[in-house]
Amino acid sequence: MGEVIKVGMADLKTCGGEDAVTTIGLGSCVGIAIRDPIAKIGGLAHIMLPDSTEIRNNSNRPKFADTGIEDLVTEIVKKGANRFRLVAKIAGGAQMFAINASNATMRVGERNVQASKKKLSELKIPILAEDTGKTYGRTVVFYPKSGDFIIRAIGMPEKVI
Amino acid sequence: MKDINMHDISSQYYDVLKELGNIGAGNATTALAQMLDARVDMSVPKVSLLEFKDLGEVVGGEEQIMASIYLRVEGDVEGSIMFMLPKPAAVHLANKLMCGMLGVCSENAQDHELGEMECSAIMEIGNIITGAYLNALSGLTNMKIYPSVPNLGIDMAGALLSVPAIEFGIYGDHILLIQTKFSDDIDLDGFFLLIPDMESYEKILTSLGVM
Repeated sequence: MGEVIKVGMADLKTCGGEDAVTTIGLGSCVGIAIRDPIAKIGGLAHIMLPDSTEIRNNSNRPKFADTGIEDLVTEIVKKGANRFRLVAKIAGGAQMFAINASNATMRVGERNVQASKKKLSELKIPILAEDTGKTYGRTVVFYPKSGDFIIRAIGMPEKVI
Repeated sequence: MKDINMHDISSQYYDVLKELGNIGAGNATTALAQMLDARVDMSVPKVSLLEFKDLGEVVGGEEQIMASIYLRVEGDVEGSIMFMLPKPAAVHLANKLMCGMLGVCSENAQDHELGEMECSAIMEIGNIITGAYLNALSGLTNMKIYPSVPNLGIDMAGALLSVPAIEFGIYGDHILLIQTKFSDDIDLDGFFLLIPDMESYEKILTSLGVM
């Protein structure tokens, strides 16, 4: 059994071998898991906001979908992955509270998902699977070796995408 | 609009917030005691400015199941308010409020399934507690503050906290947390998050004479 490395909010981590990366309690944030299936190296980013260019205070790069994904790719490649073999899986982006669904801040989950997809498509990284939206929080564990992205939510059976 | 950097917020401001937390918690305790017809004690609130990644640890782990009441405020101050209690504490309070109808004890509170009535009771408790804080803020600052209808969420702490964290995240990398411990027969750890929009921060500070 390898080690399970924890990724906090607005944070990203990479790993290889038997190790896994996890983030606990994804709400409206999105967890983006990227790996190179041949080198078996990958990582997980936990982004909070869709776009770093919309906000002045944007020095914390892992906080945003655009800069967070860029940095995650850089880190994974630095570890020895091939940039052109990368594939992704995403989870999260829930709407935790029902109020003001019309308000842009409240729909941030949905916007985070859209922004993550846009960035991944710009970088030409295919999304193999996703578990996004809905109204509940998720805990995710990603194994770069097998590509398994395990998703747990309260009151629901564990699933692997 | 002046740029307020959360790092530069003075200790005086902390004191103001702590006092606000104190008065709010005091009001909330009185309201709870009246509603439950029981003696309720409270501890001095802890005010802390935290990095997002440490938030989960402070509230007892990101995976801890919490009941959380979230509402928008409008008026002179705009923003959001969130109050969180660990699920067993929320169930305990709901049980008290419903005169023991749930038949729960501290052993089975974690797994107790919440029905519509229980959720409604928890929401009312949250409403009273957030209302008490808002009254304190409104009284201290002499500003009009109107809360929206509360929303209840029961989920992992991390997932619930992502909502205020994102709101705060637009302005900076830290979040302000007021922690209060209530106790009647058991200890109830309550967490209170106040997320004013940046313009409102300035208004609150100005009206309190801090800036």
